[in-house]
Amino acid sequence: MKHEKIETHAGLLIVLTLIVISIGGLVEIVPLYFIDSTVEEVKVSGIETVRPYTPLELRGRDLYQREGCYLCHSQMIRPFRDEKLRYGHYSLAAESKYDHPFQWGSKRTGPDLARVGKKYSNEWHVQHLIAPRSVVKESIMPNYRWLIETPLQFNDIADRMRALRLVGVPYSATQEEYEDNVKRFGEEVAKQLDITEAKNNLIQEAISHNYDGITAEITEMEALVAYLQVLGTMVDFKQFEDGYFSTFR
Amino acid sequence: MFTVMAVIWGVLGMFAGVYIAMELTWPIFNFDTPAITFGRLRPVHTTLVIFGFGGSALFATSYYVVQRTCQVRLSSDFLASVTFWGWQISVALAAISYMAGYTQAREYAEMVWPIDILIAVTWVTYLYVFVHTLIRRSQPHIYVANWFFVAFILATAVLHIFNNMEVPVSVFSLKSYSLHAGVQDAMTQWWYGHNAVGFFLTAAFLGMMYYFVPKQAGRPVYSYRLSIIHFWALVFLYMWVGAHHLHWTALPDWTSTLAATFSILLLLPSWGGMINGIMTLSGAWDKLRSDPVIRFLIVALSFYGMSTFEGPLMSLKSVNALSHYTDWTIGHVHSGALGWVAMVTFGSFYHLIPRLWETKMYSDRLIFLHFWLATIGIVVYISAMWIAGVGQGLMLRAFDEYGNLAYTFIETVEFLKNPYAVRAFGGMFFLAGMIIMAYNVFMTIRQSRVERATLEAKLAAKLANV
Repeated sequence: MKHEKIETHAGLLIVLTLIVISIGGLVEIVPLYFIDSTVEEVKVSGIETVRPYTPLELRGRDLYQREGCYLCHSQMIRPFRDEKLRYGHYSLAAESKYDHPFQWGSKRTGPDLARVGKKYSNEWHVQHLIAPRSVVKESIMPNYRWLIETPLQFNDIADRMRALRLVGVPYSATQEEYEDNVKRFGEEVAKQLDITEAKNNLIQEAISHNYDGITAEITEMEALVAYLQVLGTMVDFKQFEDGYFSTFR
Repeated sequence: MFTVMAVIWGVLGMFAGVYIAMELTWPIFNFDTPAITFGRLRPVHTTLVIFGFGGSALFATSYYVVQRTCQVRLSSDFLASVTFWGWQISVALAAISYMAGYTQAREYAEMVWPIDILIAVTWVTYLYVFVHTLIRRSQPHIYVANWFFVAFILATAVLHIFNNMEVPVSVFSLKSYSLHAGVQDAMTQWWYGHNAVGFFLTAAFLGMMYYFVPKQAGRPVYSYRLSIIHFWALVFLYMWVGAHHLHWTALPDWTSTLAATFSILLLLPSWGGMINGIMTLSGAWDKLRSDPVIRFLIVALSFYGMSTFEGPLMSLKSVNALSHYTDWTIGHVHSGALGWVAMVTFGSFYHLIPRLWETKMYSDRLIFLHFWLATIGIVVYISAMWIAGVGQGLMLRAFDEYGNLAYTFIETVEFLKNPYAVRAFGGMFFLAGMIIMAYNVFMTIRQSRVERATLEAKLAAKLANV
């Protein structure tokens, strides 16, 4: 076929262009849903340890996105010696399987946060978020003082969980789904994933952990610190044999 | 209209860029004010320059080029103005909503779902107007510039729609969660992200190049055959390379290897376009001394060649291990975005504006000044980013004699202080050039009004005498 034919028919040009631009995406994206080894299986004695976020953590994650933290902090540790020493075990695909959207990031203006959970105390995080340079002199991070001054909005927490349930996160809306979660994640976690109890759970978690150090009210700081403290803590690598995870790569 | 808005968005977007560069150097500029902290302003910067400046420039030039090359008017002036307002409102709303904290948190696709819908509607209208105009052409052949515009409009529609599949929290909430998660979400996002570069910032601007370069040089396109081959190769290959943004991550190795391979292949069609452009200009070299438009175009093509060489280099896994997550990437993007996209736009605008307003540019000397400010600004900017990126990358992987890490992360941040200051300085140069352009355009339009008024007055006087 001569190229002249394409150049003189607008319809043909459009159809051929559409076909040509579709191939790459189809080949690279679609198989990721069907190849099982894409996302690792992480089970300890039959229980899945990577779980969806609790209501409080989820609100924290929303705030993490609102403030654009992902623009300076990655959440993806690469399999290099220096990164292992600096941040810990390389990140698994399984660790972000409930992340809608993913927050791997593309630039480290600040350090990676994939395993920042439990590395610093709650007090450190609060102080650091209010005034980063008061704990790390050379830091160039903005002050996030308003997080501790603003009460957390969580009236729509159930709506948020329902939206996530629609895209495949196992938050439970029925008794049946709840029991399913008990089998998958154990009873304690399953309770946190129950949409009907969302508000209650959020308040309870805030009271019992008191991430922001303030008892009078639940601030945005409470949620954000709760989220930061869970990052990278769901897989206990000691429970797995050396080389287990590399079989998936 | 699109031309004027492109200039305005250009000034605003580049101002936001300079401002966030200053925030990174001197954090005091965040002023403890949520709306202007780095995390919220950065999407404002990228959206205003990519979609506001770049997008408006593409609407303007594609409408101009399709009418000239098909020798017909746009199929519907009304629908064209729908695309104008739809687009401008989307960009403005996006910027405001980021500052208010509403975002999808996916790079270059941060717009919340109602804006996504507005964009989709606008874009389909654009496709309709453009294609319908093409169909009504009075020329048998579709000119090569229009192939690139067609591919750009189609690909952007596909990318936008598939990348923005999301579920809103409720009808009254701006918050939504993306359909995909984790690995699949990352892959979809960078398939989109890189092709926003590939089609929005490359294919479409090649369309621009294919009209304005031959026109301004007064010479035919160097090789017709080369344009066919590199067009099809470019639109095919680009769609494969997005995953090179995800090297060494939890994305499976097969996908990122595939992306790296296609990234190397992509060098060929990219340089095909560059060679075709530069060879078209050759023979008109004497104009370099006298014609500021040609200067912008040749520098744009040179930067295009350079950054499309740098890109495949950075997509090699071993290079990427060092460059990824550092400012090297930021420098690379800006050598493409400032060096290629903005420069070719400036050149095209200086060609197009006097013709649209039927006058001459207000000042040629200001165009030269703009050219030098822009060129120096880019060179300062990307040099600073190379130093910052490579330097930080090397520091992070350095070990001391006992095998411990040689530097803490914060020590690398300290190292970045000077390169960041220099970068902000380079950005200011570029912004100054942009402001001069805006002034020049404003004066040109005013001059055209005065000229027209005198002409009409003369005509009226003549008629009165008769």
